[in-house]
Amino acid sequence: MKLIYFAWVRERIGLPQEEVELPAEVKTVRDLLLWLRERGEGYEEALRHPEAIRVAINQEHSRHDEPVAGAREIALFPPMTGG
Amino acid sequence: MPARIEVRIQTVDFDLSAEVSTLLSGLRDTGAVVTFSGLCRSEDGTLAALELEHYPGMAEAEIRRIADEAAARWPVTALCAIHRVGRIAPGENIVLVIAASAHRQAAFDAASFLMDFLKSRAPFWKKEHLRDGSEGGWVDAKESDEAALRRWS
Repeated sequence: MKLIYFAWVRERIGLPQEEVELPAEVKTVRDLLLWLRERGEGYEEALRHPEAIRVAINQEHSRHDEPVAGAREIALFPPMTGG
Repeated sequence: MPARIEVRIQTVDFDLSAEVSTLLSGLRDTGAVVTFSGLCRSEDGTLAALELEHYPGMAEAEIRRIADEAAARWPVTALCAIHRVGRIAPGENIVLVIAASAHRQAAFDAASFLMDFLKSRAPFWKKEHLRDGSEGGWVDAKESDEAALRRWS
């Protein structure tokens, strides 16, 4: 599965994107955020407040209780500040 | 006739009157056009530039979803949203929204709706670069922008 990061999430993790194999126990967006947070210092810094992170599955906004199974692309980013 | 919808993300500037002319060409039953432009502020002279980042693919798709929703709610003849990305200096354009309809109220409402949702739902992020050479950091989302969405529900 492809993970993509934007803005300060990308800067803190130190990668624009990566391919990951999710363990079976990662079922929802929230599980994914908590699992990623354990992957290192940058992840911990980026995802310290997982509830603040916005997530898109296959380029559509998703809630944290949505399942991640079958997703091709999951993006993590801060609240948006366009316009 | 379905509304004409134009969505673009680009690094180059846009020309408001040229965009209106292009969008409305041939639409003879348009009687009202509302345009909104968002510009980069200097923040009392402290800001050198904003750097606009976006999620390619999703940014276009999300703005189009918002425009489709606006076209379903109001009898618009045309909608256009253009958002710039990259480095933008104070005084330069960031975003343009155009809404056209037979009568003015639908155009005012659709333009306002499109901007409100674009600010909080379209995946763009602003980073500040300050005139003293330092990085001002990422702009925080405002609660007032989130609150602006509630008036449409």
